Amino acid sequence: MIEPVLEFKRVSFDYKSEPLKDRVPILEDINFSVNDGEFISIIGPSGCGKSTIFRLITGLEEPGAGKIYRKGQQAIDRLGRVGYMPQQDLLMPWRTVFENAMLPLEIKGIKQNEAEEHVLKLLMDFGLKGSEKAYPGDLSGGMRQRLSFLRTILSGSNILLLDEPFSSLDAITRLTMQEWLLDQWQKLSKTILFITHDVDEALFLSDRIFVLSQKPNSLIKEVKVPLGRPRRVRDLGNLDVITLKEALIDELRPRTAT
Amino acid sequence: MKNLNSYYSSLLVFGFLLIWEAGARAYNKSFILPAPSEIALTLWELRSVLVLHHLPPTFLVIFIGLVLSILIGTGLAIWMNGNKVAEKTFYPIIIASQTIPIIALAPIFVLWFGYTIWSKVAVTVLITFFPITVSAFDGLRSSDKNLKELLLTMGASKKDLFFKLYVPSALPSFFSGLKVAVTLSVIGAAIGEWLGAQAGLGYFSRRMMTQFDGAAVFAPIVLLSAVGILLFLLVTWLEKTLLKWRKTG
Repeated sequence: MIEPVLEFKRVSFDYKSEPLKDRVPILEDINFSVNDGEFISIIGPSGCGKSTIFRLITGLEEPGAGKIYRKGQQAIDRLGRVGYMPQQDLLMPWRTVFENAMLPLEIKGIKQNEAEEHVLKLLMDFGLKGSEKAYPGDLSGGMRQRLSFLRTILSGSNILLLDEPFSSLDAITRLTMQEWLLDQWQKLSKTILFITHDVDEALFLSDRIFVLSQKPNSLIKEVKVPLGRPRRVRDLGNLDVITLKEALIDELRPRTAT
Repeated sequence: MKNLNSYYSSLLVFGFLLIWEAGARAYNKSFILPAPSEIALTLWELRSVLVLHHLPPTFLVIFIGLVLSILIGTGLAIWMNGNKVAEKTFYPIIIASQTIPIIALAPIFVLWFGYTIWSKVAVTVLITFFPITVSAFDGLRSSDKNLKELLLTMGASKKDLFFKLYVPSALPSFFSGLKVAVTLSVIGAAIGEWLGAQAGLGYFSRRMMTQFDGAAVFAPIVLLSAVGILLFLLVTWLEKTLLKWRKTG
């Protein structure tokens, strides 16, 4: 049996800073597992705790109850173990493209020449060659996201967490970036968890989709995307996919009290 | 556009000097209101005494004062940024300390430090300390919380956070404070010297006052402002070199 690379078992979470009586659980009894090399999307209405799942995986937060496993072992010390790409690109404005990409390697304490060589090669692959001395302020939105993704990859981790990375891009750039991301994912053989609020995006990119419903019963529902690989955008016109999309949208729509 | 701006301000200064010149000549009491041409002439006549004898001690006061201010100010700012208790203790005191009329307090330093260089340095430090501390502290505090969390997810240590995030975030604000501080440092050194000194531009200016030599009062002041302007330009240059990215932003 293949062991999942990441597993949540009965994980609950609430913000401890609030007084006990006001505490609303952000996540309750969450179970899921992610296999090696999978592309998983997490969708859900805003405020349902999607980003909190990422904060738990990265180790920025500790679960109130339940356990997180990595490769079958309970993961206690989690900081610095997964690549996390936040919603805003969060590039350092005072560092050049090259220096921004170097950041995770500096923190890992990798030797200077070794790191530089590695970064230069990846800058080429990511279409950022020639801009390595530019500052993030000079880059287009798509380039910034590519650099942010490059930095995430350079964390060296097998698991990448991407939090709505393309939400601020225009429709065309976004499509290009989605295709590009799939391309990179296949080349690099990484495991990706991808947060989005866009059902189309989730269907186009993922193997499986985790659906989080509105609080308080934040139960995860799993959906397998009925599409093979490689994919094209027009595959989204497939009848199975359209039916699935409608079902998902129904799921996400806030229920009116009738 | 920038050249045009400095063109306008030069024109204004030139016009002002012209009116001063005319006014001073009409008034014709050079011990009260010396003409700019007279000041320039005196400055030229006294050049070796002023530059070789009186500028070095003043410059030393400014230099030591600024270095101490930067050390104490940034040190305190770093401490306050890392320690909530330190922040709650010192921040209000630092703000309140600015309501103390430092110039009025200056004579007491002579009591404490005598007529040594340290009484002048103390005045300079007291004046320049505030902008440096507050700007460094605000700069440190302005660092992006999301960026901090991102660095933590990369496994950053406290040292990584400090050097890779806090320091670069604080630099723009720190330089703004430093620009204010260098101009103030000249004032601090001059006031310090009024209290009692054997040499120095502030001391010389005051001594000439007692001799009713108006032009010789102004001449060292011209030199003092030149020092202030040069220091300001030096900081601006440093800022531009270290913060290249800001031009593009």
